[in-house]
Amino acid sequence: MMDEACENKAKCKEEKVKCCMRSRAKSRSNWMLLAPIYVFTILFVGLPILYMFLLSFLSRAKVWGVDFTFTLDNYKRILEPMYIDMLRESFQLAVLSTSIITLLGYPYGYFMARMNAVWKKRMMLLIMIPFWTSSLIRLYGWIIMFRSNGVLDKVLMGIGLTQKPLKLLYTYPAVVVGMVYALLPFMILSVYSSAEKMDWTLVEASRDLGASAFKAFWTVTFKLTLPGLLSGVVLTFIPSMGLFFIADILGGNKIVLVGSVIQEQLTKGRNLPFAAALSAVLMVLTSLMIRLYRKVTRTTELEGLV
Amino acid sequence: MNNNYILELKGVRKAFGDTEVLKGIDLKIAKGEFITLLGASGCGKTTTLRIIAGLETSDAGQIFLDGQDITSLEPNKRSVNTVFQSYALFPHMNVADNIGYGLKLKRMPKDLIAKKVQEMLQLVQLSGYEKRMPEQLSGGQRQRVAIARAVVNEPKVLLLDEPLGALDLKLRRQMQLELKRLQKQLGITFIYITHDQEEAINMSDRIAVMNHGVLEQVGTPNEIYYQPRTSYVAGFVGNANILRCGGEFYAIRTENILMNGEPECNREAVVLEKSFAGGQLRILFELPDAQQLTASRYGIDADVQVGSRVMIGWKKENAIPVAEE
Repeated sequence: MMDEACENKAKCKEEKVKCCMRSRAKSRSNWMLLAPIYVFTILFVGLPILYMFLLSFLSRAKVWGVDFTFTLDNYKRILEPMYIDMLRESFQLAVLSTSIITLLGYPYGYFMARMNAVWKKRMMLLIMIPFWTSSLIRLYGWIIMFRSNGVLDKVLMGIGLTQKPLKLLYTYPAVVVGMVYALLPFMILSVYSSAEKMDWTLVEASRDLGASAFKAFWTVTFKLTLPGLLSGVVLTFIPSMGLFFIADILGGNKIVLVGSVIQEQLTKGRNLPFAAALSAVLMVLTSLMIRLYRKVTRTTELEGLV
Repeated sequence: MNNNYILELKGVRKAFGDTEVLKGIDLKIAKGEFITLLGASGCGKTTTLRIIAGLETSDAGQIFLDGQDITSLEPNKRSVNTVFQSYALFPHMNVADNIGYGLKLKRMPKDLIAKKVQEMLQLVQLSGYEKRMPEQLSGGQRQRVAIARAVVNEPKVLLLDEPLGALDLKLRRQMQLELKRLQKQLGITFIYITHDQEEAINMSDRIAVMNHGVLEQVGTPNEIYYQPRTSYVAGFVGNANILRCGGEFYAIRTENILMNGEPECNREAVVLEKSFAGGQLRILFELPDAQQLTASRYGIDADVQVGSRVMIGWKKENAIPVAEE
């Protein structure tokens, strides 16, 4: 018994020494292999973000472009009530849509992982088919559903549930439905990939040790699929703050998201620095959110991310 | 219900689709007994265990635990715990939390849990490992955590599903002794599953040999070894030759085949093959009626030539009549 532990320790030490020697010799060739990824990341992720942060401290030129004078005005402007409200509203919408997505997506992903191969395929197909057409076209589909005297109204009035058109289009719920619809697959797939890897013997072990079916789910399955759930949250929360075209198409001009404002400042307002400042704030807020999530749930890994 | 029996299976049947896995299992297990279900893979031993644990439901039959009918009880309502073949340690909990899991579910106070976990760690000689995560342990250590996690709940019956299957031979031998010691110390009834006949003979008070969903024979290792009832048992436990004489079948252990001048040698045979298997010489003979026999001898007949004719035989009491399958 003790022998074994000792042996292992000795082995570990040996391995470590070997590893060190090997890694020193190999580190140069490894670096060469990884170089393209670094170059790619620096070029297409690092530099643009740096550029964005730099822009946010500059001021807007008279006609188009930027003046290279340092200023904090862009950030001060965000503190105006109008923009604070807009940020809060975007945040609320993102929280609401992400919650609904979680409630729908987690069970779907979980049950998909537990199904036999045939049903897995069918359920996967249900998620994949919508991706065969452009998301914009699918959104216009929702317009046909929601508009006054549209498909939904006709059905509801047809079966006598409502008497007159509901005027669902260009409302807050319409935007939420749009967000949930557009982002649900991301949640489902990341929960699924977590649940698919689950060793279900662990659930049996938990039941065997005295856990009820619910308790076993809560202490084992849920805990082990949490990385998938969290990466699903990240993948849906961030876009739902910024998917301006959903808010524009299904919400008319009534619901203004950070994404819409950034897009408007960029195109119509031609105010690159302010758009950059808004983006920077959005980025910092969301990364703070992710850190908080991780702290609260004590997960170090996110399924498929990091 | 006889109180001497802690567990009783009555006519337990199970089919998966069209395949009948258990064809009516009747088994009585005494309190504190170490009983082994022995059989080749696919014989139904794991299914039997899972039905006892409640992880699988039987199609027919009854299961009594300490006199109480538990046939349709949920697994968490049975005072039975399992050591899984894959150990099934919770990867997101450290060793102490793994072991304390069952006690926590019983809402035992925290300090008492901590005390019991310490006792268990001492029992399986893993003191100081409580903060380790399962992935940081060796196979043998995981094994011991899995045992501790089950035993700490003081189950009436402990089920062990090929718990040593993943370990190497040396560690296996060591753990066999360890488990036996643990079982004596705790006085818990062990139902142990293995396909390894040597392991079964080493550890068990009784062995139940299973074949195609049927219990072929239940008895002490001695009975199973020296008085096999069927040719399957004789062939599976130890190495026996099955010899047909008229309409009867006899099992003769390879080590009981005599040759070269010993008084019982009254049959002529041809040496077909010989091979060394770790200190033992194995010789394959063919009798005049084309039946083949294997003898295992200890080195002394090394000069036996392949193709030569020799006289072989066996003591009468070593030819055990068995039922053919």
